[in-house]
Amino acid sequence: MNPGVRVKTFKIDGLDVAGREDQTVLDVATEHGIPIPTMCHLEGLTSVGACRLCLVEVVGRSRLLPACVTPVEEGMAVVTNSERLQNYRRMLLEMLFVEGNHICAVCVSNGHCELQGLAQTLGVTHVHFPYHYPDRPVDASHSRFVVDHDRCVMCTRCVRVCNEVEGAHTWDVMGNGANVRVVTDLNEAWGRSETCTGCGKCVHVCPTGALFEKGHSVAEMLKKRQFLPYLTAMRRRQ
Amino acid sequence: MKTVKSAAPSTDNRWRIVDAAMRRLGFQPHALIETLHVTQETFGFLDEDALRYIAATLGVPLSQVYGVATFYRAFTLKPKGAHHTCVVCTGTACHLKGLPEILAALEAELGLSPGGSTPDGKAALMTARCLASCGLAPAAVFDGKMVGNLTSATALKRIRQWVEHES
Amino acid sequence: MNPEELLQKNVSHQLTAEAHGHDVRVCMGAGCMSLHSDQIKSALTAQVKQHGRDKSCHVKGVGCMGLCAAGPLVSVEPQGVLYKEVTEEDAGEIIDSLNKAPVARLICPTDTPFFQNQMKIVLENCGKIDPERIEEYVNADGYIALIKALTEMTPNDVITQVMRSGLRGRGGGGYPTGLKWTTVAKADGTQKYVICNGDEGDPGAFMDRGVMEGDPHRLIEAMAIAGYAVGADTGYIFVRGEYSMSVKRLRKAIMQAERQALLGKNIFNTPFSFQIEVRIGAGAFVSGEETALIACIEGRRGVPSPRPPYPAERGLWGCPTLINNVETLANIPSIIRNGADWFSNIGTRTGKGTVVFAMTGRVQNTGLIEVPMGTPLREVIFDIGGGVPDGGTFKAVQMGGPSGGCIPEQYLDMPIDFDSLLEIGAIMGSGGMLVIDDSASMVDMAKFFMEFCRIESCGKCVPCRVGTVQMHELLIRFSEGTATERDLVLLEELCDLVRHTSLCGLGQSAPNPVLSTLRYFRHEYMAQIRPDFGANGVDTHESRSTS
Ligand SMILES: Cc1cc2nc3c(=O)[nH]c(=O)nc-3n(C[C@H](O)[C@H](O)[C@H](O)COP(=O)(O)O)c2cc1C
Ligand code: FES
Ligand code: FES
Repeated sequence: MNPGVRVKTFKIDGLDVAGREDQTVLDVATEHGIPIPTMCHLEGLTSVGACRLCLVEVVGRSRLLPACVTPVEEGMAVVTNSERLQNYRRMLLEMLFVEGNHICAVCVSNGHCELQGLAQTLGVTHVHFPYHYPDRPVDASHSRFVVDHDRCVMCTRCVRVCNEVEGAHTWDVMGNGANVRVVTDLNEAWGRSETCTGCGKCVHVCPTGALFEKGHSVAEMLKKRQFLPYLTAMRRRQ
Repeated sequence: MKTVKSAAPSTDNRWRIVDAAMRRLGFQPHALIETLHVTQETFGFLDEDALRYIAATLGVPLSQVYGVATFYRAFTLKPKGAHHTCVVCTGTACHLKGLPEILAALEAELGLSPGGSTPDGKAALMTARCLASCGLAPAAVFDGKMVGNLTSATALKRIRQWVEHES
Repeated sequence: MNPEELLQKNVSHQLTAEAHGHDVRVCMGAGCMSLHSDQIKSALTAQVKQHGRDKSCHVKGVGCMGLCAAGPLVSVEPQGVLYKEVTEEDAGEIIDSLNKAPVARLICPTDTPFFQNQMKIVLENCGKIDPERIEEYVNADGYIALIKALTEMTPNDVITQVMRSGLRGRGGGGYPTGLKWTTVAKADGTQKYVICNGDEGDPGAFMDRGVMEGDPHRLIEAMAIAGYAVGADTGYIFVRGEYSMSVKRLRKAIMQAERQALLGKNIFNTPFSFQIEVRIGAGAFVSGEETALIACIEGRRGVPSPRPPYPAERGLWGCPTLINNVETLANIPSIIRNGADWFSNIGTRTGKGTVVFAMTGRVQNTGLIEVPMGTPLREVIFDIGGGVPDGGTFKAVQMGGPSGGCIPEQYLDMPIDFDSLLEIGAIMGSGGMLVIDDSASMVDMAKFFMEFCRIESCGKCVPCRVGTVQMHELLIRFSEGTATERDLVLLEELCDLVRHTSLCGLGQSAPNPVLSTLRYFRHEYMAQIRPDFGANGVDTHESRSTS
């Protein structure tokens, strides 16, 4: 621990907890085994607060706060799992389903998909919003990897890992509103990218089957993330 | 300041204007939006060569340049085809004061709808969020000239003039 | 020689030559410009020459005079005559009449509530001085506040004055300005910045444009004072991309101020240095949000980030940054010049000073107006605004654009300030005021604003990116009369979700126009529900594509 970093004590779901002032509510909850659903957050990358699944209530505040970016405060009382929050989370997940074209039965990530997993954990049994059926492309031009935009939830983990860990910044986000999409370089075919190092980090941090390795069939793509805590730890030592 | 400078995409003199814009802000990455503004003004749109050149000169990743260029409405990646443009204001006041009727008339009489052009391709119709001339709603800009208190008749007349004049 | 005398000597000596004789002011605000007031100005200048009155008559362009509906406007001082709907052909007659009776057929009466019931602080110079000449600003007590701050006050004194004035942010949030200044002043860091937010993206708002074009030096003075108070040496004015005239005038004003050593190194031989740069927006409503605006200045996508950290602690390039709206800052010189008590005596208990509205829609006197906080809406719309034209009937007034709400007839007598508006489901917002008459459908209004939010959503967070599409599609069904009762349930559910879970103010307030029209005009929604389509009706949503 850095000298001079103070410790804050507060409550999560009635449990007394303590955390360093540079930790987030999510960090401390995780340390204490309190589950908070997350999607855009990934340990080892900066957090962006985009998916809103980790929203929690803080007693006395009218705003809901995203646990992944909210710093701990002395004496705060956090509620992570009220009826209201569960309801919002289910609707947010539904939104992710209707926004893309998620057909699990043909997906390489079936059974290992974070979106699917969250839907099961949070009890999303049916979707009551109308589907958008967007027209989105698949890019299989890379020799080893494929990006299927139908399955993308815009968590931007690929963008961040490529920039923050690999240092290539091959990926970024284009457009705005419902037209946002992740792109490589100047939105050219991935296979022709001049900046991609082919490291595959983006593929392995992707929560769904949007980014996958060639040569896998349905339900076969397992994502390996050990590299992220490992690289983070090694870099900290330097 | 950077010392290694990449070469301009062509010998077109207009690149000097773009270079000057980048130099003014010390070739810093934060000059990106200013540079795109100047390039767009100078060339009318941003093509791939331009984006690559700016990315290399300012040291900004290609994908970030693309992300910025597609985020803001001021930038276009394709050249504009039409000779004449009419930009109608779709702001609240104009909407309330009869813009829908004017748009309907343009569509019915000239086959002109927002984002499109007349069948002969001479005149294009574009929309702006708000031209901030709400006092004169409905308002539109015809080839750079603002016209207030627009009616279907005046709009049709002006566009017909364009279409009929140069046949 | 004290600084004031120095300033007078340096800057305003030319004016004395022009002081006697006539001052012919031509409105060059956006409204009158679009009716070609620039050509009228040329015609008047030519006529002055022709009449051989170059010496005794000065024709000048000024900022928005307010009554855009009657433009192009021309005024003649010192007679105090205002002419409306002037054309180039009228120029000769106007100049000819300078020493005689004014041209009766063009006169715009100024003893009306539109002129009498207003109170001008922010717009005090708009429509009076030539915005392209620093001399005229100085002559109107300009830069006195800066001198006073730099030579007689400590940074802390300045902040105390702003704090005690009770000024609250005019950019939408109503956050206490003094408190924000204190936070930035106290934040750790040697490098700090001041940003003036002139993005003004609300459709129907043009207050900030009025100030930037009509009185640019006021902003420069205010930013320098703010820089002195919080310890910043650099400021940025972020101007909406469409406002090319604002950009031009601000750049010119900055150059003039630099030449008079009112900007730059060691202003008035004090240790304080301050420079200002203009940055131009690129067409994205959301980049008016403060964290997005910072991203934009840094050359990135103008996408909002979670707060905390607030810009006051970690803003531009990671440094403590003060962001204030144009209108907020435009109050500062007057507060420093006249004192906090003078300011806090104007307005209500929780809303001090005046507020500027851009009045548009179904109202007689469309234009830019300024009234004390606490003025009842009825007075604003019916006295100053002249009511609904052509025998129409007032239905509601939409305040705060796509983030705001509508106010029906029954609340018109309520004094307007930040809190009273919130209570009835509207917001002060940035000052757009749209009058709606009974010919308009409130469902269509809600649909219009939701489409705006859908198009302008940055796309980063899920509820706003998907929710605005969903709500807009539902509102289309209501507007077409094909909605079901289930759609109404869904719509209210979505409003609640998007409002409470979105990342930034755009998403959080996107449901407001729907919620407020549902609150006061629910019957209009009900009338659009297909009667034979009950709660168990067939779901026809499935085949809809939205991309
Ligand atoms: C979507 C969105 C758009 C905004 N646009 C503007 C704007 O155009 N001008 C502005 O002054 N503030 C705008 N704001 C508010 C700013 O974030 C910020 O609160 C304001 O500039 C602070 O200034 P103030 O304290 O002087 O009001 C916007 C906020 C949101 C959420
Ligand atoms: S995990 Fe916190 S917002 Fe996505
Ligand atoms: S753009 Fe900020 S919530 Fe959608």
